[in-house]
Amino acid sequence: MELIRGGAGQGGQGRQRPDSAPLLQATGVTKLFGSFKANDGIDLAIRPGEIHALLGENGAGKSTLVKILYGSLQPTEGAIAWKGQTVTIASPSAARKLGIGMVFQHFSLFEALTVVENIALALSDRKSRAALAREIEQISAEYGLPLNPNSVIADLSVGERQRVEIVRCLLQSPELIIMDEPTSVLTPQEADDLFVTLDKLTERGCAVLYISHRLEEVKRICHHATILRHGKVVAECDPQKETAARLATMMVGAEVRSLSADIPAPQNSKTRLAVRDLSMPQPHPFAVALDSISFEVKAGEVMAIAGIAGNGQGELFDALSGERPAADAGAVTIDGKACGALGVTARRRLGAAFVPEERLGHGAVPRMKLSDNVLLTRHATGDGLQSGGVIHPDAARQLAERISRAFDVRKGTPDPEAGSLSGGNLQKFVVGREIDRQPGVLVVSQPTWGVDAGAAAIIRQALIDLARSGSAILVISQDLDEVLEIADHVAVISKGHLSPSRPTAGLTREEIGLLMGGVGEPTTSGRGAVHAH
Amino acid sequence: MTALMLEGILLTIITAATPLLFAAIGELVTERSGVLNLGVEGMMAMGAVIGFAVAHTTGSFGLGILGAIVAGMTMAALFGVVTLIFVANQVASGLALTLFGLGLSGLIGDAFVGVPGAGLARISIPVLSDLPVVGLLFRLDPLTYLAIAITIAVSWFMFRMRGGLVLRAVGDSHSSAHALGYNVIRVRFMAVLFGGACSGLAGAYLSLVYTPQWTQAMTAGRGWIALALVVFATWLPRRVLVGALLFGGVSILQLHAQALGVGVPSQFLSALPYLTTIVVLVIISRNRALVRANTPAALGQSFVPDR
Repeated sequence: MELIRGGAGQGGQGRQRPDSAPLLQATGVTKLFGSFKANDGIDLAIRPGEIHALLGENGAGKSTLVKILYGSLQPTEGAIAWKGQTVTIASPSAARKLGIGMVFQHFSLFEALTVVENIALALSDRKSRAALAREIEQISAEYGLPLNPNSVIADLSVGERQRVEIVRCLLQSPELIIMDEPTSVLTPQEADDLFVTLDKLTERGCAVLYISHRLEEVKRICHHATILRHGKVVAECDPQKETAARLATMMVGAEVRSLSADIPAPQNSKTRLAVRDLSMPQPHPFAVALDSISFEVKAGEVMAIAGIAGNGQGELFDALSGERPAADAGAVTIDGKACGALGVTARRRLGAAFVPEERLGHGAVPRMKLSDNVLLTRHATGDGLQSGGVIHPDAARQLAERISRAFDVRKGTPDPEAGSLSGGNLQKFVVGREIDRQPGVLVVSQPTWGVDAGAAAIIRQALIDLARSGSAILVISQDLDEVLEIADHVAVISKGHLSPSRPTAGLTREEIGLLMGGVGEPTTSGRGAVHAH
Repeated sequence: MTALMLEGILLTIITAATPLLFAAIGELVTERSGVLNLGVEGMMAMGAVIGFAVAHTTGSFGLGILGAIVAGMTMAALFGVVTLIFVANQVASGLALTLFGLGLSGLIGDAFVGVPGAGLARISIPVLSDLPVVGLLFRLDPLTYLAIAITIAVSWFMFRMRGGLVLRAVGDSHSSAHALGYNVIRVRFMAVLFGGACSGLAGAYLSLVYTPQWTQAMTAGRGWIALALVVFATWLPRRVLVGALLFGGVSILQLHAQALGVGVPSQFLSALPYLTTIVVLVIISRNRALVRANTPAALGQSFVPDR
């Protein structure tokens, strides 16, 4: 593991691309959706034993290509060869028979079923559930992916769900594993463990097609990279020989502007969001109870709450937004007004805004137009979108248009359904919708999950700018790069308990990572330790 | 009340519960695959009239039952083609199927109104059937045993067999099932056909066993009660068995109450099974965890593979 960490720097430490005949070779793969070319003459060769990065912005055609390789889509033109033989991958089960496995970004799990049932569905051989459960336990121990085979998926955190996906994939002993954004929900330590797993796999000659937006990570573990833009291959390179900035430039086709947070957070400004001794029982047996959480966010600063998925982030967000009001009104105050028992709209009227983690279904209604989605969070905050219950559609459309322009939301038609936007564009819209209001307090969960570098930079810059204009921003994030990039203070949530907050200046990824894993400094290990601020 | 009277009442309750059990267990399988078929009443009516007509013309009870199954499946196939292949709205198509089935059964059955049917001999298991009260469980008609056997088999299939796991998976998330390479449309079509066969059996039970004759609209809302029963059972087969007996009991007891001349308007008593349905649904829905745990998440959603 140390060896890999050492490779995080420039130039690499001899991660040599294996010099062998390709395991999978795609030639001239083209996919048309109507007249839209999602993939345009793509050539891709994956060699056994290599970790091959597939890079590109959202909408560059990565997902389409991956679906073709996994048999979920059929190419309009082009050929795929597997071990030198031209093959037709007619379905995902055909892909699995060849030896191609996939770990999905948007998990393809069945919420109502247990871990073992989910895995049984993906395996073609019919062994007994008990035998399969033992095998799952064995594999999860071997690769450091702890799992209880009998848990129901609905009760698992995002990170745990990903483990299920990975174990499910490994159980099929594949020769090529396609991984779509695998580390986006992991702590650095968990990611390191995953990289060890990947190394074990490549040692056995297994190839990995690795899709990620995290360029540092790609530089660190990948042997080779193929970069897509607008459905075409624009470059192939050895990521260890490139800088992250150059990789980003190749992906976006233009320089990605770096964040400017040069203005320091103001000192001694007033507190805009305060949480005091917030405790909440578990809403259901598998959720996390909040344990006397206290913190403050002052005007002009960005505070981050880091932590591994499923440690109470969702429950904390619900308590802050008012989706689940607290019993004690004084537990949450916004601009000095106690609002712990108020609902979401009442808190919005106090000048707060909220962006939940899931953009589809929680942050936006997929089947409603953008202008209607604008109305959903802004109907009661004096934006002139309605009077006496009658909607002013023109005002809503203009507002949607203003947000789209300010946040570079790319859309096909003037007012499309939210579900038709790509993930990154919808995220820009959902975050932009709240920032556009200039809220005094903004609580945002996972602002850039699954969003490409260009869009993430826009969102992060907007958050910093909003803070510096005098708002208080709370970011709940599992992405440490993001936390270190934008936050002035950070606290770590673990099992529903929040650590004291610390200034991010001078803090390293490893230090926060250890805190997230619950093995941090003595000051945070004791419960009821000194609270933030 | 003598033991004989008690036995009589219990027997009528079980007989009233049987068609509900058939229809509900079929609809349960259909809904577990993610398809909401509101056409149960129509499929039952067709099963009833075809079952009676075939049994009457051929003189064979077995052929009548077979005819009813085929009639129910034909109606279900129609629904399946419309909703699964042409992706029509399931609620509207199901309602249309009910209206169509009720109308068509009236047309076909016109010639059979008032014709007496044969009825079906009960199976009597020696020794056990001579036990007091519980003995009646061992001298029921073969179709009742079949309904119970189907219920147990469905429960076993759903939770112990791979096919049942696939069925639940398709009903939980059709896109995930598709991504794993399962043929969502085929699984759903088969589930819809099974639902149709069971509804046909339920109809045949009414016209060949329960009241051995054909009258128009003789299903009398039992298809709707079966639909409610599936929700009552929170999509679990064993609870369908309990629910069918409960609803069968209410509908029989109100008849006895009317016969005894209880000082309540008979219209109110006749409405009891339906009022019970509403009350029970409200009570069940209060326990959200219970409902959420087993509700097929994709229920009523159309699936169009993207390719």
